[in-house]
Amino acid sequence: MSDHDISVTVNGARLKKRVPARKTLLDFIRQDCGLTGAHAGCEHGVCGACTVIVDGVAVRSCLMFAVQTDGAEVRTVEGLSPAAGDLHPVQAAMHEHHGLQCGFCTPGIVMTLTSMTENNATAAEMNAAMSGHICRCTGYQGIQKAISSLAGDVNNG
Amino acid sequence: MKPPPFDYVAPATLEAALETLAQYGDDAQPLAGGQSLAAMLALRVARPSVLVDLNRIPELTGIDDAADGLRVGAMTRQVAVLNSEKVRARLPSLAAATSLVGHFQTRNRGTIGGSVSLADPAAENPAFALAMNAEMELRNAKGSRKVAAVNFFDGPYTTARQGDELLTSITYRPSPGARIGVDEIARRPGDFAMTGFVARLNVKDGKIDEAGFAWFGMASQPLRAPSAEASLKGVALKDIDIRAVAHAAVDDTDPNDDHHASAEYRKKAGRVLAERVLTKLLMSEAA
Repeated sequence: MSDHDISVTVNGARLKKRVPARKTLLDFIRQDCGLTGAHAGCEHGVCGACTVIVDGVAVRSCLMFAVQTDGAEVRTVEGLSPAAGDLHPVQAAMHEHHGLQCGFCTPGIVMTLTSMTENNATAAEMNAAMSGHICRCTGYQGIQKAISSLAGDVNNG
Repeated sequence: MKPPPFDYVAPATLEAALETLAQYGDDAQPLAGGQSLAAMLALRVARPSVLVDLNRIPELTGIDDAADGLRVGAMTRQVAVLNSEKVRARLPSLAAATSLVGHFQTRNRGTIGGSVSLADPAAENPAFALAMNAEMELRNAKGSRKVAAVNFFDGPYTTARQGDELLTSITYRPSPGARIGVDEIARRPGDFAMTGFVARLNVKDGKIDEAGFAWFGMASQPLRAPSAEASLKGVALKDIDIRAVAHAAVDDTDPNDDHHASAEYRKKAGRVLAERVLTKLLMSEAA
């Protein structure tokens, strides 16, 4: 049972921490970084609530170990807003189109959509990626509307 | 913390990884994309002493479109296969099979070699490798060996890979003009298939030269359909009785009842699926 020193950038801040090998990235973000936006849902890769962006791609933080992010750049929902009180365009679209109710799954969805809009994904691609997120409140209709508006934004430059 | 305690090493070279495996043998568990393994650790159905993380070994990653086949490094991520121009040009059906694996978020981490090594009976890439007669390259500290897919899958979650070995690459050798198709029936996109079917038709002078069929989700391991394949040998494309072939292919299976579907349902759905895949192949020019 080994402990490891890691150096990882979380939402732009370089952190040096010591972590047990078995600590998931999700537990690291929540417990060691104090960022509780990434949610612990199923904790075995099914629900998508823990989705964060590691080195530019959306991943499930419960299926990675913190030690694996040594040298990596991690982004969580807390790092999206450009300034206090402002919303990231994905957050604004979710707000505008009522893409959430209880909000538990929302940070994961927002991180998936953020990574995809940054890569100019189409609405069809983003809707397909929603299979990786379980939302039990919205029926996905509001989320799909948010996606349509985001895809329109991207296409309109 | 949910996973059991383990040691962790992240070798930077294949040689170092193989040395570690030689040292620990079956107590070591290679960590590829982790999209199944990390869940198995969380559920404590896997309890290795040491995880050997392969994610920092560049030589295990990449797609090489060589004269003798399309060689895919074991640590090539599923998303890289989907985005690969080489795959799209040489073997687009590999991308089609991979697009059915998991979700966008898991394909960003999950690897081809990890999926093939895990050998989940309901997974797409093991069955695809089997239908293609793909060649698995295994290495240990002493050397390497090549194993045909038909000899690689031994049972549920069991392969020919020994504890001191790593799967380093998979080589696919599609015949020119081969028609290859894959599809599955699952409750939701990204779920494991209740039934899945890969069909490869090598065509020569308008006749079937060789057929390779592989099922997933239809037995305790990925499964070929030898009698259905043999029934097509030498048959002209225009004379193929799709319905009969689909039935014969299902007769080669032995599906299980589980909480996803009954064996009876799997057989019925399998016939529909095989007809669907074969119809598409026979209508297409080449896949």
